[in-house]
Amino acid sequence: MDIENIGFETINLGHGSGGELTRNLLDKIIFKTFSNPYLDQKHDGSVVKIEGEIAISTDSFVITPIFFKGGNIGELAVHGTVNDVAMCGAIPKYLSLAFIVEEGLKVSEFIQIVQSVKKAADESGVLIITGDTKVVERGKGDKIFINTTGFGLVHPKANISVDTIKEGDKILVNGYIAQHGMAIMSEREGLNFESTIESDTTNLNFIVTELLDKFGDKIKLFRDPTRGGLGTVLHEIANDISKGIFLKEKYIPLEKQVAAACEMLGLDPMYVANEGVFLVIVDSSIELEVLALMKNHKKGENAAIIGEITSEHPNKVVMQSSIGGKRIVSPLVGEQLPRIC
Amino acid sequence: MKYLSEYRNLEATKRILDEIHKITTREWNIMEICGGQTHSLVKNGILELLPEKVRMIHGPGCPVCVTPLNLIDKAIELLEQGVIVCSFGDMIRVPGSKKSLLEAKAKGGDLRILYSPIEAVSIAKQNPTKEVVFFAVGFETTAPANALSVLHAEKEGILNYSILASHVLVPPAMEAILDDKFCSIDAFLAAGHVCAIMGIQEYYPLVEKYKIPIVVTGFEPLDLVQGIYMSVKQLEEGNHQLENQYARVVKEHGNTSAINVIQKVFKIGNREWRGIGEIPNSGYVIKTEYQKYDAELKFKINNIKVPENNKCIAGEILRGIKKPHQCNQFAKTCKPSNPLGAPMVSSEGACAAYYHFSNNLIE
Repeated sequence: MDIENIGFETINLGHGSGGELTRNLLDKIIFKTFSNPYLDQKHDGSVVKIEGEIAISTDSFVITPIFFKGGNIGELAVHGTVNDVAMCGAIPKYLSLAFIVEEGLKVSEFIQIVQSVKKAADESGVLIITGDTKVVERGKGDKIFINTTGFGLVHPKANISVDTIKEGDKILVNGYIAQHGMAIMSEREGLNFESTIESDTTNLNFIVTELLDKFGDKIKLFRDPTRGGLGTVLHEIANDISKGIFLKEKYIPLEKQVAAACEMLGLDPMYVANEGVFLVIVDSSIELEVLALMKNHKKGENAAIIGEITSEHPNKVVMQSSIGGKRIVSPLVGEQLPRIC
Repeated sequence: MKYLSEYRNLEATKRILDEIHKITTREWNIMEICGGQTHSLVKNGILELLPEKVRMIHGPGCPVCVTPLNLIDKAIELLEQGVIVCSFGDMIRVPGSKKSLLEAKAKGGDLRILYSPIEAVSIAKQNPTKEVVFFAVGFETTAPANALSVLHAEKEGILNYSILASHVLVPPAMEAILDDKFCSIDAFLAAGHVCAIMGIQEYYPLVEKYKIPIVVTGFEPLDLVQGIYMSVKQLEEGNHQLENQYARVVKEHGNTSAINVIQKVFKIGNREWRGIGEIPNSGYVIKTEYQKYDAELKFKINNIKVPENNKCIAGEILRGIKKPHQCNQFAKTCKPSNPLGAPMVSSEGACAAYYHFSNNLIE
């Protein structure tokens, strides 16, 4: 997209007024980028035909900084919602896309974000069918906030429910944890900490669909441990099913550089945010087949079986440490904070 | 993670644990000084792998936990006066008498979380019309960096920077614990990183005076079980010596350039410890020639005094008289989301370690 032809360098309050400037912004950037038969109607909303059970999920993205190693807020806004729909056992089809832009955002940055949204949506196989753009006064936002809502068709073979989880079921993750949180941490102001760690933000819908195609209702649950990390999500699951979860620390995939960064900053990778990680709970009869499928998939090369459901210690997650001792994994309270020494 | 994974090795740790089981014939109470050691013991599940007769008592070495309540109120007062307050992360959730720094931030205070006090000097440089204060708490480990920030500000002629200092020292605290009539401690694991700065010479007189084994110990599982083994061995043989388990990091005379920086800016003085009270000569105070960097004097906040929360038994926890789960409030009215005292929210606090990691103690 040629920025010179856009006719303005920064986004101002007028671009959210609903008048000519708004139309200008929409025509030159939004409609041009996302053109599809639904959006091209330029109506207040879109009318689509969906037959069957549908899954809907919404999420708002307020990340700072908006550009980070391995991605930006645009692709995050697509992946986050696409993955949430996929975790319901559904095949994501359509997205809504709403921007709240702080006055003064550079148009070049806005375009970069919009193009990332487009690329991520194309890669995920979803269409942007409706949206909204608002502009708020300087100081009333943080450069840009994005909300997306996703709609997906529930996979015909899916029976995703915590009710089906039983003792002995296995827990797998698709790859390295804590990448996204540590990538963001290394770019936050005031930390003076540099690394080459990249966010793992990616869409997980195709690997999820493949798992459902092959294993159907033997897949009990998908979850993506974003905020709060793997530890918090596992704790929620243990509470939901009133059973225990037993993990072995040595099986949890953790890339060396991320492990070292966590050590240095005094953070526990079990509570660091992820964007391209999901966990799946499966019947123990298929654990090795599931692992093999995941390892063969681009989005699951570092997959591992990390633990199992147990009738011992109900509602608790217990992890065996690398030296054989045991600890509970409690949920994260507030934000993880850098420590003193 | 070279030099870390070796110290988390299952077989090596197990071998030493087996030795501890073999040589233990009597009941021993061993205090690990540092909160980092406490967390490692609990998080790695070491406590349950030790013989029942070897009881670990958790010590006062959590800088956040021992920082007195009125100091947090002072930092909050500075925030409310419009000062940019910079702090290490784990101070900010600790309750003051009315609120925490985090709550003061939510009400509009300009609070910055930093890893290094030097960063605070840069913030002062970038904001010449504002006052910037670094909340300089900690043991001997953080003192060099805090002192360095003052020297750095002086060198650059930065006048809008100062520190709110509450530095405490380990050896006087150990003495206060040993002098307590309820003390039942048979041996100490001294805090490895404090000794990395200060060396180990301060501990010889303690070993002699109290006839107690002290083993300078690291933080990884293998370090801890080895430190415990060395302590139990001494106790079983009737010895009391100073030993250095953490020799890969700790040298006899410590880090002399760090000590020089500390001595340039600070002198030894009396300090108040949360839950314990004032201990003579137990901390660092800013020397007269650097008083213009002392936030307490600069902002005239040294008269803020508030009583400690009487429901919180932090004092008994920090002296090793009670364990976290022996507190009536533990995991009931006092949780990380609603802490009565600092040990429940600090990343090195014993109560937080028990709450987050301990497998057996929370039902």
